[in-house]
Amino acid sequence: MNFQQMILTLQQFWGEQGCIVVQPYDVEKGAGTLNPMTFLRSIGPEPWNVAYVEPSRRPADGRYGENPNRLYQHHQFQVIMKPSPDNIQELYLDSLKRLGVDPRHHDIRFVEDNWEHPGLGAWGLGWEVWLDGMEVTQFTYFQQVGGIDCHPVSVEITYGMERLASYIQAKENVFDLEWVDGITYGDVFRQQEYEHSKYTFEVSDTPMLFELFATYEAESKRAMEHNLVYPAYDYALKCSHTFNLLDARGAISVTERTGYITRVRNLSRQVAATYLQERERLGFPLLKKGAAEHA
Amino acid sequence: MPKDLLLEIGMEEVPARFVRAAMEQLKDKTEKWLQSSRLTYGDVQSYATPRRLAVLVSGLADKQEDVSEEVKGPARKIALDESGAWSKAALGFARSQGVDPEALFFKELAGVEYVYANKSSIGVETASLLPEALPALITSLTFPKNMRWGAYELRYVRPIRWLVALHGTEVVPFEITGVSAGKESRGHRFLGADPVIDEPAQYVERLREQHVIVDVEEREAAILSGIRSLAQEKSWEIAVQDDLLEEVLFLVETPTVLAGSFDPSFLDIPQEVLITSMREHQRYFPVLNKEGKLQPFFVTVRNGDAVSLDVVAKGNEKVLRARLSDAKFFYEEDKKLAIPDALAKLENIVYHEELGTVADKVRRVRTIADKLAERLLADDAVRSDVSRTADICKFDLVTQMVYEFPELQGIMGEDYARKAGERETVARAINEHYSPRNAGDRPPASLVGAIVGIADKIDTIAGCFSIGIIPTGSQDPYALRRQAAGIVATLLEHELELTLDELFDIALQAHAARGLKREAYDIVKDMQEFFALRVKNVLTEQSIRYDVIDAVLGAGSADVRRTVLRAQALQAETAEERKESFRPAAEAFNRLSNLAAKAESRRVDPALFADPAEGSLYEAWQQVHGRYLTASAEKRMDAALSSLASLSGPVAGFFEAVMVMAEDEAVRNNRLAVLALIADDVRAFADFSKLVG
Repeated sequence: MNFQQMILTLQQFWGEQGCIVVQPYDVEKGAGTLNPMTFLRSIGPEPWNVAYVEPSRRPADGRYGENPNRLYQHHQFQVIMKPSPDNIQELYLDSLKRLGVDPRHHDIRFVEDNWEHPGLGAWGLGWEVWLDGMEVTQFTYFQQVGGIDCHPVSVEITYGMERLASYIQAKENVFDLEWVDGITYGDVFRQQEYEHSKYTFEVSDTPMLFELFATYEAESKRAMEHNLVYPAYDYALKCSHTFNLLDARGAISVTERTGYITRVRNLSRQVAATYLQERERLGFPLLKKGAAEHA
Repeated sequence: MPKDLLLEIGMEEVPARFVRAAMEQLKDKTEKWLQSSRLTYGDVQSYATPRRLAVLVSGLADKQEDVSEEVKGPARKIALDESGAWSKAALGFARSQGVDPEALFFKELAGVEYVYANKSSIGVETASLLPEALPALITSLTFPKNMRWGAYELRYVRPIRWLVALHGTEVVPFEITGVSAGKESRGHRFLGADPVIDEPAQYVERLREQHVIVDVEEREAAILSGIRSLAQEKSWEIAVQDDLLEEVLFLVETPTVLAGSFDPSFLDIPQEVLITSMREHQRYFPVLNKEGKLQPFFVTVRNGDAVSLDVVAKGNEKVLRARLSDAKFFYEEDKKLAIPDALAKLENIVYHEELGTVADKVRRVRTIADKLAERLLADDAVRSDVSRTADICKFDLVTQMVYEFPELQGIMGEDYARKAGERETVARAINEHYSPRNAGDRPPASLVGAIVGIADKIDTIAGCFSIGIIPTGSQDPYALRRQAAGIVATLLEHELELTLDELFDIALQAHAARGLKREAYDIVKDMQEFFALRVKNVLTEQSIRYDVIDAVLGAGSADVRRTVLRAQALQAETAEERKESFRPAAEAFNRLSNLAAKAESRRVDPALFADPAEGSLYEAWQQVHGRYLTASAEKRMDAALSSLASLSGPVAGFFEAVMVMAEDEAVRNNRLAVLALIADDVRAFADFSKLVG
């Protein structure tokens, strides 16, 4: 199964389970969790089921397109279901079967792994899922997001697409993966990997990035003054990515690190709190809709 | 007729590290409930896998035992009002006991009449208690970390997905988080169907048929036997660490042991790195040859049967290849890092907000270590090694490998330092200075490692105590107890001539530069108490009797080595077969110590001796005192004790011949002074009044 078929299969599968399938979000981010479709929507009482593929940037993991396992940008397939369904583990295992992974011929295990994102004021409990010893999925029950207790609880399933594909296609090197027949992952992304790595580690303008961080932070706060949750959150995301660029460059000392993370967390907490207020002011529309359908 | 009871809590995978404790808790709380509910039973067994906790009670009585007891109420004068009718107090008592006031009666207790109620309760049917008791039992289990799920309120270790509750053949009806108790359990996720349990005693067998070994010991035996037969077949030594075995045990419901291999070229990386990577990331058991050298194979345990084992092995090999490539990359990168550059980075790592950076700590360790080396009269070679080791003992904290695997601190330092051309003695001491790393570990082997190790640990302890971080109860986040025990063990192992008080003093001087938040006197007092408990542990581990420990610690524990030797000597003298001959000495010591407390000076004037017994005691002590000091200096504490004991004859003669508290003040003080001189030696050895029998 090529990479594209895997994405289409997962979209099809989770669509069948009642998830709306949306497209990746257009602001740089380190993980699918930061997409507002997850971060904001997992807050508050409204039901929410969504699935999407998310290109995720981790500047520090860039290796100039030379390392067989590490990437500046990788792909996560993200599923959020709120409230978490009682049979969610079975649904997940069914999705693996759809991808051609027959559990009967493999060793699949749920190994404790708790997740925390200090910049988002978020944490949850769950597992990493092992496929013959390889971590292919992060499986998390969100307990807190943006510093707010989750109720009901969302379950987040994050498939590491490259890892899963390297297993399904039996490839040692991520750049040898088949995106579609005849076009490899390397054909699509190697140049980009090289350039972003070079930029991150050698070319990026550190003073400018520090300035950008401050500018984005100020703009996020300004947007918040107008109760504009989404624009404020976009700028918080930009802060987070800028911080990652600075961190990868080694421009932030260990002592300063905590300070920058706290600044991003303060932004996201503010955004989360205001989002909840705004949804409440609107009367939690999806809650009503769900109730109406039930009746 | 008694029946069996089965309760199975089915959950999504519970963290392996919580399962055993949870299983024991379930058994314990079940028994406590049965006992407090006056339900008799035969036996309680508990079971656990990653997905379930279960308890099986056999021979559970059908109903509670009846009870009848007399309950005491208020005194007669309070129980009756002026007219002789029951007072409010008496009526309230009757109500609280659920008896009719007419049934109250009086009875005398210690000369006072009280009102009594005869309370009897007829045992209730077990079946009627269970629907409330079982859910309460389930939710009473506590875990280190809890979560919520779905839209439910309950906080539990992981979501509950099924419940089996059978009393005999009957289902006990109850519900938790939308899950109703029933008869249907679940088999192995991929191999088994969901079995129906018709009666509790079938539990283990029905699950076994569905590829789940619920009995923990049976599962562990299966894993170990799989490992043994693989080792035999391949002539391998498979290193089975207990904590890893325990984790694997609670990651599988049906274990199948399998092996894989990796490229031998990875064996260039230090063995500890490979073993740590395999254990921490993959939960693999390492394979060694007969000489203990790592081989390019690994052993893992699959949660399932032997179908497609080759596919599973190949997958695991692929993962390990990526992991070891990472380790190799870190190793090569780290070797490019020059030690001075690494040390510079320590300036940016905060050790503790109030105690400065790691670089600050290193500077203090260097100061302390140098002073210790000087104090211990170490030769020049050792002193120069101590200084260098102290300077670079933490440089590996900024390497990628230690960032990835913190438990390799020191181990990587040794390897990298050697490769960077440091002296062999220094390289080894970098690793050793962390020892002992855990309860079973040895102290540093070399003197250099011992000195730097003590300096590092006392810096941490003195630093923490100086800002009020003192372990209490289970709170010991900086593992100060382990570090203090490490210092004690190192002092003993190397027989270092260094008292704890000297050590505290040197450490506090190093910390004084940043200004102490607490009085030095208070810090030292707290550290003395803290270390006395560690010394006490050492004595307890050596099976020293508790009264001997109290007696010896009563004379102080600043000199750790001599404290232990004093305890051993005293234990030998007071052993069952010898204690009769030691008794006169102990009695003499106690008597003279009590009197010596009245002494105002230690000045003895032989001219004032009125009785020959005084002179002979004083002369005897003068000889003993010299022998005692010499023996003590040479750490022959048994000889020190027997020289003290040799005074018991002269002491007895003295007490027989003279009245200590003589009329003449000069004579009296002179006698007390003799006793005080002896008591000083005695009390430096032990407080003999603490001895029992």
